[in-house]
Amino acid sequence: MKGRKLSRRDILQGSAALAVGTVFASPVRAQAPEPVAITSALVEAAKKEGKLIFYSSMDLPVGEKLGKAFEAAFPGVSIQIERSGSERLFQRIDQEFASNIRAADIVNSSDASHFISWKKNGWLMPFVPEDVAKHFPDSYRDPDGMFATSRLWLSSIAYNTNLVKPEDAPKSFADLLDQKWAGKMVKGHPAYSGTIMTATFQLVRELGWEYMEKLAKQRVMQVQSSTDPPKKLSLGERAVMADGNEYGIVLLKEAGQPVEPVYPTEGTPTISGPTGIFKTAQHPNAAKLFQAWLHTRETQQFFSDFTAQYSVHAQVQSKPGRRKISDIKLMKEDAEGVEKMTEEIKTRYARLFRV
Amino acid sequence: MTITTTDAPKSRIDLTRPVLWLFAAFMIVLIVLPLSWLMVYAFTDKARHPTLQNFVTLFTDPSFLDPLLTTAIIATTSAVICCIVAAPIGWLVSRTDMPGRQIIRALVTASFVTPPFLGAVAWELLAAPNSGMLNQLYRYLTGAEDPLFDIYSLTGLIFVISCYTFPFVFVLVANALDNMPGELEDASAILGGKAWTTARRVTIPLALPALVAGALIAFLQAMTLFGSPAILALPAGFHTMTTKIWSLFQYPPKLELAAAAAVPLLLLTILLLQGQKFLLGRRGFSVVGGKYGAPRPVEMKGWRWAALAFCLFVLLNPVFLPYFALLNAAFSPNATTLVTPSTATLHNIVFVFTELSSTQLALKNTVILGASTATIGTILALVVAYVTTRRVIASHRLLGFLATAPVAVPGIVLGVGLFLSYTRPPFVLYGTLWILLLAFLTINLPSAYQQLQAAFATIHPELEDASRILGATRLQSLRQITAPLLRTGVIATWCFIFIGVMRELSAAIVLFTSQTKVLSVLIYDLNESGDLAAISVLGIAMLVITFAVVLAVNRIPMFGGGAGARLRNS
Repeated sequence: MKGRKLSRRDILQGSAALAVGTVFASPVRAQAPEPVAITSALVEAAKKEGKLIFYSSMDLPVGEKLGKAFEAAFPGVSIQIERSGSERLFQRIDQEFASNIRAADIVNSSDASHFISWKKNGWLMPFVPEDVAKHFPDSYRDPDGMFATSRLWLSSIAYNTNLVKPEDAPKSFADLLDQKWAGKMVKGHPAYSGTIMTATFQLVRELGWEYMEKLAKQRVMQVQSSTDPPKKLSLGERAVMADGNEYGIVLLKEAGQPVEPVYPTEGTPTISGPTGIFKTAQHPNAAKLFQAWLHTRETQQFFSDFTAQYSVHAQVQSKPGRRKISDIKLMKEDAEGVEKMTEEIKTRYARLFRV
Repeated sequence: MTITTTDAPKSRIDLTRPVLWLFAAFMIVLIVLPLSWLMVYAFTDKARHPTLQNFVTLFTDPSFLDPLLTTAIIATTSAVICCIVAAPIGWLVSRTDMPGRQIIRALVTASFVTPPFLGAVAWELLAAPNSGMLNQLYRYLTGAEDPLFDIYSLTGLIFVISCYTFPFVFVLVANALDNMPGELEDASAILGGKAWTTARRVTIPLALPALVAGALIAFLQAMTLFGSPAILALPAGFHTMTTKIWSLFQYPPKLELAAAAAVPLLLLTILLLQGQKFLLGRRGFSVVGGKYGAPRPVEMKGWRWAALAFCLFVLLNPVFLPYFALLNAAFSPNATTLVTPSTATLHNIVFVFTELSSTQLALKNTVILGASTATIGTILALVVAYVTTRRVIASHRLLGFLATAPVAVPGIVLGVGLFLSYTRPPFVLYGTLWILLLAFLTINLPSAYQQLQAAFATIHPELEDASRILGATRLQSLRQITAPLLRTGVIATWCFIFIGVMRELSAAIVLFTSQTKVLSVLIYDLNESGDLAAISVLGIAMLVITFAVVLAVNRIPMFGGGAGARLRNS
């Protein structure tokens, strides 16, 4: 099935429900724990721990801003953000757990399929914040309460307005294969970035490996993180971004940088970033507090306003002047599909792009 | 003559041997353990059954052969470039009356102190084909379309590697020329040799061993470097051996292949070291011993300033331009836009020091590791150098070999070896600073050992023997006679290791955890997400710390002296 135009309702209830809901439901359905509100007892317990270690792939300025907001909301609890590409974080968490190092308290991954593995391994702690129970669609929360989707974002095309005229700009992924863009594009790496892994999966599903083969012949500048292509674009290092964080482009554009997002006619790859607490967290109460706080309406509103990402919280409004996600043609998410294809994507991609 | 060590007889029991054996045992664990695990992994499959399959894959899969070839090209050309650049500068600084010789030495030291990955990022800012500042300037001046430089290319990478490898050759050549007795050249001149004849028949042959050794070190450095390729080769679309090995750690990690991929590098290194011995083995020039006159500086006359201009032009590349680019990016809202008083911002600095939550931790870890590795490493190297130069215990050769062996192991491979060794009982060190300490110690040991061995070699054992004849134990004579004579060498070695720790990325990248992050890893992570301004701020902070520590250590009165030591062991 090629990407079709989806309404917000569709996204929230349909496609991802198939993707996330059925996958994450374990055969024997355990009861999700009772929803938890932010109580003074939880805050006190968190303050006693005083610290929180958050593994995340969010663009650093965005993630640190979120961390500072949390610290401001709960003085006495400091947060340390461990930022890296999701695929690298996945490998590191695996390596650390294998060596019995339980540094990570809570994790937000940009590759939703990681939560399938972690849940399967029994590494996650069930915890359902009140807002998640009340305001999050079933398709964006684990039925067993192990995680919830804290953010939704896109991997789009974009161009530098100083280097490309709007009428010449690519409109679709197919346009990127035009000879005129050879040597002028930048993209992220699926073995590093969960966003790019997810996006590559959706692109391969919709357009086939032939698309990737042809793209690889375009002498694309290869960077690692999906947060990097927007930055390379705004520096003018390359004229066109073949994949990367759409929210990075929106933020740079709002800051006056010469970049413009393009929502390809084939549909824009969509990524959801769930957050979950590790059972072995050294600071479990701080982690619970953060998880509860992160999914409140206020935080979700602040987060989507500030980071130009999208929230699945039913009460969050999109910021005036920004494009609504319901107006964008999206590609379907499929975490289970990603999990099955991860190895193939890494191997074939490395062969095609030679890095 | 009076006997000053009158209290000597009270410690008749010589503890030297047990202490030395303890050191030897430590060295064996330090080096043999990770290397053995590497070998086990290289020659076995996942179930640890013996197999050669890893090597078959390695030598049949083009995705391994290409990086191997690329690495060979990079290492060879970098070594040649380093020699071509470093030898004349070394000669000018050491043997001529060129003005500003001390400044040039200091600037070479500055380029040595600059971590290669930081230099690579700085050169990204300068010479990225489209956004690079030099290319912007070139386009502005000429109106050309095509870039002047493309740092994301094989030549770009070779250039950047050479920038931060040539100091190794320089130090060796300059030291050799500094220590060369002037009499030999005078003799040639007196016998009627013209300047060129003297150079050809005396100076160059005497400096040749140092140059060959320098070329070899440059080759090994370029071959095993991870930081610069990781930053420049991937955007350029190719792998070197080190980045390829690193990519094997992606989930699911292929440790067997990574270990096997290290074996060619290991063999090549051993081969080269043997080759060097064969070439220079019988041409040892005993130039130290007794008092020689200082060599006469060559008068450059009208060429003095041209020579200085040449040196400064060369140093533009590793020092002036990159530092300028980093400073500019640190204060600029847009990393590659020239900052003006009206656009200058403190935002990046505020971000790094108040918002970036890993900064404090990484700074603390780096300084702790730098200081402790330097201290332990210097002591270790001192003992090994003593044992091997004075042949104290029977297996001194083995000890010397062990101390030199890590030079053959790329940092990233050593990282894996250490990871394999210290994630299982009896030594579970992964996740602590100890494993990083061991890694940095192992990596820096060869150069520290070489440096101190050279320092020991210049001190005649007669002095120690005299002390012992007069009743001192070995440890006493070491403390009272040898140590003061070695002061300069020891301080230099300490600084050398400290700088080595600051520069080190390849092993740290495998061994760090969120709580044991170091600055180099933080900078590498920031590069992957493209936060160039934050890198610039952190990089400058890192350089300031390094220079401050090196200066401070040189001021410490140690072993009864406060004289400054430069980064050389003369």
